[in-house]
Amino acid sequence: MTNLQMNKSTMAYTLCAIALLALPFGYDNRTILFLITQVFIFGIFAMSYDLLLGFTGIVSFGHAMFFGIGAYSVSIILDRNEPTMFYLVIGAIVAMAIAGLVSFIAGILTLRLKSHFYAMLTLALAGLFLVAAEKWRSLTKGNDGFVLQIPELFRDRTNLYLTCLISLIVLFFLVRRFTQSPLGRILMAIRENEQRVESIGFDIMHYKVIASVVSGVVASFAGVLYILSLRFVDTSVFATEVTLDALLMTIIGGVGTLIGPIIGAGIIEFAHHWLSELSDVHWIFERWIILFGIIYILAVIFFPRGIVGSLMHMWGKKRYKKHNQTKNEQKKVAS
Amino acid sequence: MMTTLLKLEGIETYIDQFHILHDVGFEVPKGEVTVLLGRNGAGKTTTLRTIMGLNPATQGSVTFNGKDITKLPPYKVAKEGIGYVPEDQGIFGDLTVGENMRVAMQKEDDSTHERMEWVLNLFPDLKTFWNKPGGQLSGGQKQMLAIARAYMNESELLLIDEPSKGLAPIVVEKVMESIQEMKEKTTIVLVEQNFLMASRIGDRFYILDDGQTVHQGQMNELEKDESLKKKYLGIA
Repeated sequence: MTNLQMNKSTMAYTLCAIALLALPFGYDNRTILFLITQVFIFGIFAMSYDLLLGFTGIVSFGHAMFFGIGAYSVSIILDRNEPTMFYLVIGAIVAMAIAGLVSFIAGILTLRLKSHFYAMLTLALAGLFLVAAEKWRSLTKGNDGFVLQIPELFRDRTNLYLTCLISLIVLFFLVRRFTQSPLGRILMAIRENEQRVESIGFDIMHYKVIASVVSGVVASFAGVLYILSLRFVDTSVFATEVTLDALLMTIIGGVGTLIGPIIGAGIIEFAHHWLSELSDVHWIFERWIILFGIIYILAVIFFPRGIVGSLMHMWGKKRYKKHNQTKNEQKKVAS
Repeated sequence: MMTTLLKLEGIETYIDQFHILHDVGFEVPKGEVTVLLGRNGAGKTTTLRTIMGLNPATQGSVTFNGKDITKLPPYKVAKEGIGYVPEDQGIFGDLTVGENMRVAMQKEDDSTHERMEWVLNLFPDLKTFWNKPGGQLSGGQKQMLAIARAYMNESELLLIDEPSKGLAPIVVEKVMESIQEMKEKTTIVLVEQNFLMASRIGDRFYILDDGQTVHQGQMNELEKDESLKKKYLGIA
């Protein structure tokens, strides 16, 4: 990407961010603001998934475990202590530390495996966390879950909205910086050809584990924000559906684009909301998950690059055509 | 006096259940171009992959600069100073030419910048298409990028697998000229089907047949030996 293109995209992102920052001050529909807050949270989660799938080529079916670790860590700490900012920060730090440690250990144990075995093993690991959360009732209150108090500041929906948005912006630029760093380039090279990267002199395990840890930590942070928005936690945060949602958001938005998964999160969250509301119109909308399945199949068949990926591809082709035209014209003039 | 940079002794390699290399052995002198010749399926590519640790040998030894590297994983073999240009070039298609080059740089110091400058002078096309994704390059440009990238990794030895494969004759000529120039800077093991090209740049040859080293010698001797060429290379 040239500097000019980069500046253009950074400017577009900045304008979007300013518009979203101003939104709650001019628009006070609580439902929609809550929904957009959820988009920010799942945007962070999907972005963390994209770091694995889109940038490193690792398919994980157990990403929900990091989301769940984030959710439960902060919930348990706030539940057992005063619901103050201090304990919230402690909870978030503990959540990210546990997620980092778990992703490190899981990475070391599983990332040597071929992609499909790795995917199945992550599914099993996430299942293990789900069962542990169900059975360790003294700590998690099992399937019933529990309601928790959160710091005063975040009881105000606008504050929570702004916190989630700022977190998304900061993490987006940090993760983008990470993917554009030399380390990020190695991850992309791993995605394309692991053996080739190894024969250039890089220990791919080392880099895959780094990607896994960064992704796990970011996902756990999304789990922390999720709990602040719901003020309730139960074992569903470890469910496979959470990972599948992230996968869907990433694929629909555009794998390996970072901004794509955020857009995908917006589409999925709003589709959840509107399709559920339409259940009075027709019974099929009660089964909106079927519609999601259809959307997923259509997206994979017709837009394998996702929305952002397809747009970038079309734009690239247009630029290439224009470049060739200019070149041909220059040749004509010269001759 | 000839210094041996790479030495293979009694190499046996399996790919899955298939026994590909049987007692392969040869020496690569420092500063020379050693050419591995042989028909399709003779085991030339597997030999290079065995040296790199991509298809590790089950028996025998690979010694580089006096150090046993037989059991090292590919990334450690590369760190020892062996660059590998595979048959399919192995370009990272989504990365730009510049990113492909930078990925190969283990460190950024004066010597690396000197290497970069030298290699870009050798392959000026890479400079022209610096910001173009590797996947959009032509076959010849990809080959140049692959060779340049392998060289960037401070390689003392370059293993180049069939650089002329699938390229137009004029491009082959250009690639071979570049390899000839690289000869001044590094030791090369070249796998090449195009005998004419190989004989132009090679100093010494080894012929592989059915996974075994069956003949060796100086390249100029082979050029004169019509029966040998006919027997193992199918050149009348």
